[in-house]
Amino acid sequence: MVEIERTALPGIGLRHTITTERGRQVGVISHRTGRRDLLIYDRDDPDTCAETMPLTSDEAGALAELLAPQRIVERLAELENQIQGLVTEQIPITPGSPYETRTLGDTRARTRTGASIVAVVREGQVFHSPGPDFRFTANDVVVVVGTGEGASAVADILANG
Amino acid sequence: MHPALLLIELGAVVLGLGLLSALAVRVGISPIPLYLLAGLAFGHGGLLPLDTSEEFIGVGAEIGVVLLLFTLGLEYTPDELVANLRHTAPVGLLDLALNAAPGAMLALWLGWGPVGALVLGGVTYISSSGIVAKLLGDLGWLGNREAPVVLSLLVFEDLAMAVYLPILTTVLAGVGVYTGAVTMAGAITAVAVVLYVALRHGRLVQGFLAGPRVGADAESGQNDEVLLLKVLGLVLLVAGIAQQLQVSAAVGAFLVGIAVSGPLAESARQLLSPLRDLFAAAFFVFFGLQIDPATLWPVAGYAVLLAAAGVLTKFATGHLAARRAGIGRFGRARAGAALVPRGEFNIVIAGLAVAAGLDTELGALAGAYVLILAMAGPLIARAVEPLLRARRRAVPADVMPAR
Repeated sequence: MVEIERTALPGIGLRHTITTERGRQVGVISHRTGRRDLLIYDRDDPDTCAETMPLTSDEAGALAELLAPQRIVERLAELENQIQGLVTEQIPITPGSPYETRTLGDTRARTRTGASIVAVVREGQVFHSPGPDFRFTANDVVVVVGTGEGASAVADILANG
Repeated sequence: MHPALLLIELGAVVLGLGLLSALAVRVGISPIPLYLLAGLAFGHGGLLPLDTSEEFIGVGAEIGVVLLLFTLGLEYTPDELVANLRHTAPVGLLDLALNAAPGAMLALWLGWGPVGALVLGGVTYISSSGIVAKLLGDLGWLGNREAPVVLSLLVFEDLAMAVYLPILTTVLAGVGVYTGAVTMAGAITAVAVVLYVALRHGRLVQGFLAGPRVGADAESGQNDEVLLLKVLGLVLLVAGIAQQLQVSAAVGAFLVGIAVSGPLAESARQLLSPLRDLFAAAFFVFFGLQIDPATLWPVAGYAVLLAAAGVLTKFATGHLAARRAGIGRFGRARAGAALVPRGEFNIVIAGLAVAAGLDTELGALAGAYVLILAMAGPLIARAVEPLLRARRRAVPADVMPAR
């Protein structure tokens, strides 16, 4: 796992940097205005940013797409193959679902089915290991890990209560 | 009052400022010193005294201070301020002590008394967050490891202003110890209440300013006109009330800025920045207007001395702060250089003193001090990296001190 160093820049935004295996540093400044700066650090001096490239949010998005080696779905598929007998399912909370505005704890999914809700994807953002007081909203995608039977039981609970 | 004459004078002044601003952009310095020079030229004893528009520029200057502080407050969220205060306090206090000392000592030595020392200490202390933040962006230094150290110090200084300005206003008003203490307590309570409201009930403020969302505006988010008038009105109102309570209009505006955060702050900033630029320019010109150029020469020597001390003390501050954060030689030097520019708030402080009728020499000295450092600061920062690289090449790598 790559370690991401997060630094607040008061009045500007946030800065994230990572150190590569070869010892180079690269980072991104997220301005409050939506602008992104791509940072390449000096080879000899880790304190010095040698190159700062401003990107609009569209450009930053395009660059991120190009750089992303695999999407979250593919990663989950990989995980699934590693542990036989377990399946991962992504279940959307459809508008009108009984859990649309209720919490994860209310579903009592693990007690009732044995399957676990390991993450929730909301508007492209992933919430890892949500707690029992995590509140669903419509169009959340719930990631469930369990036996095939358990996972479909969770899908049934989320759809019909 | 001749409307035609007023428009002609005002138009000529604003156009002149526009040309100066263009020059500043070209040379790569802050326009503030040029505005001050323009004010000197237009003022009493200057080249082209303004008669008709001075009153208007005076009112504009008041609004300029309020908007400067308001947009500064917008830059920060309450959480940021609280979190920052915890870990920057030691360095921040060192910054205060090191940089206020030269001004305070010179004022005492010149016989301006404790009030003069309080004023001049404030003038030499605070860095210009506007110039410094812009400088960091322009030079591509935001990515550098020392950037958060520099920015945190600026935040601390701005917060220190929120405490300092009410003290200064009270002292300048010359009220007794009892009234002074009551005013101070009021000021500190006001700061605490605003921070509390902003932290816990920020949504109420946002809701009032952003609403109502009806018709087409509901989809686009908000109506620019409504937001502009509401925000400007609220800021001026709070600033005025704060002034009436002797808390200082500037601090009132700063606190409103802090209370407004999130997406609304972004919209408010975009809407009010052009107004801020206009009225802030009026403020610098007005400060220049009040200084008779003839009074500059007697204090020029002191101003140069004070500026030299100001460069050294800020350099030391940045150096120590960066070293405390475990940053190497280059970063330490850059942090020191970045903090050197002084600008808007030094003039705000001096402006309060001049308005209160303190020694006119003090205003001239503060003006000259800011003139020097607002121009020299960015140039020093630009020069520091090439100088360091040249030195690095001259010194063999194995002699470099280990980090």
